[in-house]
Amino acid sequence: MSITRKRFLVGAGLVGGGIAVGGVRGLLAADEAGADDGTGHIAFHGTHQAGILTPQQDRLHFAAFDLTTSNVKEVRDLMRAWTEAAAAMTAGALVGSDTWQPTAPPDDTGEALGLLPNRLTITFGFGPSLFRADGEDRFGLARRMPPALKPLPDLPGDEIDRAISHGDLCVQACSDDPQAAFHAVRNLARIARGVAVLRWSQLGFGRTSSTSQNQQTPRNLMGFKDGTNNITAEESDAVHRKHVWADSGDGADWMHDGSYMVTRRIRMLIEVWDRASLADQEQTIGRLKASGAPIGGSGEHDDPDFKAKDDKGMPLIPDAAHVRIASPDNNRGIRMLRRGYSFTDGFDDQLGQLDAGLFFIAYQRNPHKQFVPVQRRLGANDQLNEYIVHRSSGLFAVPPGIPDRPGRFIGDSLLN
Amino acid sequence: MIVTRLVPLAATLTALLLALVAAGCGDEKSETSSAPPVTNIAMTPELTAAVDDYREYVADQADDLVQRTTEFAEAVKNDDIDEAKRLFAYARAPFETIEPVAGSFGDLDPRIDSRENDAVEEQDWTGFHRIEKALWVDGSTDGMDEVADTLVDDVKELQTQAKTVELTPVDMAAGATDLLGEVSKGKITGEEDRYSHTDLYDFQANVDGSKQVFVLLKPILEQNNPQLADEISQEFDDVYAALGDYKRGDGYVSYTELTDADTKKLSQSIDALAEPLSQLAANLQS
Ligand code: HEM
Repeated sequence: MSITRKRFLVGAGLVGGGIAVGGVRGLLAADEAGADDGTGHIAFHGTHQAGILTPQQDRLHFAAFDLTTSNVKEVRDLMRAWTEAAAAMTAGALVGSDTWQPTAPPDDTGEALGLLPNRLTITFGFGPSLFRADGEDRFGLARRMPPALKPLPDLPGDEIDRAISHGDLCVQACSDDPQAAFHAVRNLARIARGVAVLRWSQLGFGRTSSTSQNQQTPRNLMGFKDGTNNITAEESDAVHRKHVWADSGDGADWMHDGSYMVTRRIRMLIEVWDRASLADQEQTIGRLKASGAPIGGSGEHDDPDFKAKDDKGMPLIPDAAHVRIASPDNNRGIRMLRRGYSFTDGFDDQLGQLDAGLFFIAYQRNPHKQFVPVQRRLGANDQLNEYIVHRSSGLFAVPPGIPDRPGRFIGDSLLN
Repeated sequence: MIVTRLVPLAATLTALLLALVAAGCGDEKSETSSAPPVTNIAMTPELTAAVDDYREYVADQADDLVQRTTEFAEAVKNDDIDEAKRLFAYARAPFETIEPVAGSFGDLDPRIDSRENDAVEEQDWTGFHRIEKALWVDGSTDGMDEVADTLVDDVKELQTQAKTVELTPVDMAAGATDLLGEVSKGKITGEEDRYSHTDLYDFQANVDGSKQVFVLLKPILEQNNPQLADEISQEFDDVYAALGDYKRGDGYVSYTELTDADTKKLSQSIDALAEPLSQLAANLQS
């Protein structure tokens, strides 16, 4: 405390008085830090990283980074600096020093000044290439690579563009305010300069899942309720441990209480979908468009009856319907936590069409036992494939959360 | 990476409290406690020497500019298109090394360096890029004699003004970052030399000019913040290494040969350098 205080005072004297900022916004945020009711502030510290099983926010800014350093110490310093900045931003405080000097760019870029964090969460992940890239053990971490982080195989129907896929590190910033999410990614990218560069990034403007039973099910851009049958925070710890959280017994001690994130940028062929009849649309998903009820049911949360037949003896929920193929009932109980977002990147100039779709994010204990087998079946048989293309893919190990203690930083279980 | 910049959260609270005291606590609207912006720093013999050395550098570059531009103008007036094309990037380079200083001389910068769309009437468009278009697009020097003469007059005026320019260490340091901004804005996009595609020559000249400032201020920075000095040195090396991949003979490949991956890499290496360099001005006093 005395050191930081001194630094502040010295800094101020140096230029004949820097400009201290923070003021009202900082105080509001500090008051609210005690509240965990989702009104503004979600705790950064904890057993698990925030942004997974915490209530899903409305906006996303996702960013993947490539490391330009070959020194593992610099990776450690980066994670330390990122952790510190993320803890500040999610609490509604500024990045770095509050004393702005006329001769230097301010530490914080400033566009979140006066905004509440709006439930900002910042979640960090490590890609397979951090451990091994082109057969090379870049940072001496190869032997600690979790088996679950093995790169995803090619999957049926994939049209993956490498330039907007993968990455050594990732940041998922979610908030109800798009500017708070943008501010987070921008400042983290700035802090990383000289050590890591942005590889690709994706904005999402509306959630396509619920992670809590207290949330309304949103609609995706096909106009269907999405996230009805998702894993929720209210389910038991046993369910979460089975499907979402990695365990030290899974082959990587350091990932205990972490999770694995799969991202897929899925372009929707909006124009084609919009010409499909209502019946076609509902049979494609296997649910009713207006209510979200499974075909044959009446309420959104009714269990789908996959055995039900129509009067001609055909399955009521068609064999190729998305929910039939994706359902745990037909995948030996496999589930995953979906946390995706609708996106649009405006206009596809080449095709003259809207460039929009679903940025799929799923958290799970082992993608090779969860996402991969389900997507293998979806990619091969899903009726939805007539209307979608998977263009980007990412896989990241999301390390456990950390307690609010000096010296601790996200990823320290791996990097220390 | 600017690790040293980050102050523990506790400092935020300290600063916050002080800010509130300064702002008169109750005032809900006031988010800043304003102090007059002070951009001057007390001069020391070291700083004075650095500024003097830099002014000498600026004057030398201006001398070079006059000499090279005169050669270039001769070729244009002799209708020697090949020779003029060969001299174009070479003649411009000294201008690009001191561009922020040149930019402070009224309308000299636009007269010397406007591009076609830079809001001048077609008939008033003068300078390097006017001739560039004649050489590469029209393949003719028709009507360029007068433009070439005007260009020589303009760089001579720049030479005169450069001898008396007033500079502070803060201006110098800001200029170093501005030069990299020039790279990000014009050179990396191929906008600057859109007919000749010699953008990488200008790229190097901007970086050279920036490096010169750093070299002169480095001894002072090393005393005040050695870690920052090391970081900036390292990043300059990295930029030159990245640029080195595109060297051909005495010069550089055409901008049109760069792929998106190439420009992305160059652009990100400039960002990696400019970020720590932007801290230079605030670290000139102990
Ligand atoms: C643009 C692409 C996609 C769209 C529009 C879409 C849409 C939907 C909709 C409307 C539902 C029903 C509501 C619900 O339970 O959430 C659903 C369920 C589901 N989807 Fe997707 N989905 C897409 C991609 C994927 C992908 C790539 C996967 C994973 C490999 C996936 C896995 C699931 C799962 C596991 C369910 C829950 C099934 C159940 O438990 O009944 N979806 N999806």
